[in-house]
Amino acid sequence: MMATEHLILRVVAKLLIPLILLFGLYVQFHGETGPGGGFQAGVIFAAAFILYALVFGPENTRRVAPEWLISTLMAIGVLLYFSTGAASLLYRANFLEYGVLSTDFVAGQKLGIFLVELGVGITVSSVMIAIYLAFAERQGSG
Amino acid sequence: MVVAIAIIRQRSLIATVMLSSFFSLLMAGTFVLLDAVDVAFAEAAVGAGITTVLLLSALVLTSSVEVQPLKTNWLALVLTIATAGVLFYGVSDLPTFGDAAAPAQRHVAPRYLEMAEIETGIPNVVTSVLASYRGYDTFGELTVVFTAGIGVLLLMTPGVRRRKTPKKQDENVT
Repeated sequence: MMATEHLILRVVAKLLIPLILLFGLYVQFHGETGPGGGFQAGVIFAAAFILYALVFGPENTRRVAPEWLISTLMAIGVLLYFSTGAASLLYRANFLEYGVLSTDFVAGQKLGIFLVELGVGITVSSVMIAIYLAFAERQGSG
Repeated sequence: MVVAIAIIRQRSLIATVMLSSFFSLLMAGTFVLLDAVDVAFAEAAVGAGITTVLLLSALVLTSSVEVQPLKTNWLALVLTIATAGVLFYGVSDLPTFGDAAAPAQRHVAPRYLEMAEIETGIPNVVTSVLASYRGYDTFGELTVVFTAGIGVLLLMTPGVRRRKTPKKQDENVT
């Protein structure tokens, strides 16, 4: 039954999802030079998963993004941000002062901002996916 | 403004959600006009995209028609008008839009604009301010997002409910 239902939606979604994921990654890693950053990238990345869940159902999405993985990633993002800040403490600088992370101050700043934005992106996208899937699965059971 | 009035007048909650999504999209357009591309990005993705989907899926769980209130709440009306009056009085004291002498343009903004690329090596000033100069604030925001995620998961995940059920059985036994 599911194979023939919403054929056009399924084909278009399959075409769009890789592009959305790619765009999310572009916004994540290009946020330093263009508009965007970790937050926007995380939301776009999550939007691809939500589109998948809307068209193919939350059960199939859970096979790509199981609950343990999403909940772990939520924490890993915050941990990455925090440990980037704590790493600069080890170099006897202030919390979140990334300049000391590399031999060159500017390179250290770039590295720190990259890691921090990555942490933001990971947490935001997994939180969005988790919230949507929690709602969608509630609909299925209730 | 027109959209906001339409949202208030609307009784069907699905139409309200669609209209507020449209409102977010208009706001994103406004932000682009004001050269705040990063904010516009977030507004379009979160306000018009994810929020709409989340609200719609929440509507599936509850009723989709707003309940007609029994009587008009006059105290709420008076309070709203009073608050709006205070806010508009405050707005009249703000410097005019684009004023070069405004505190927002003179405080730390020029230093960020001049030094951000030299100090962080990153052309996008918004990114460098968010992630480096204001790293603490962004860390706080990230923690808020994380906490919100935990809260929703705790409320919505069936696994939590299962853990509660044995407790109730214990109470019944005693």
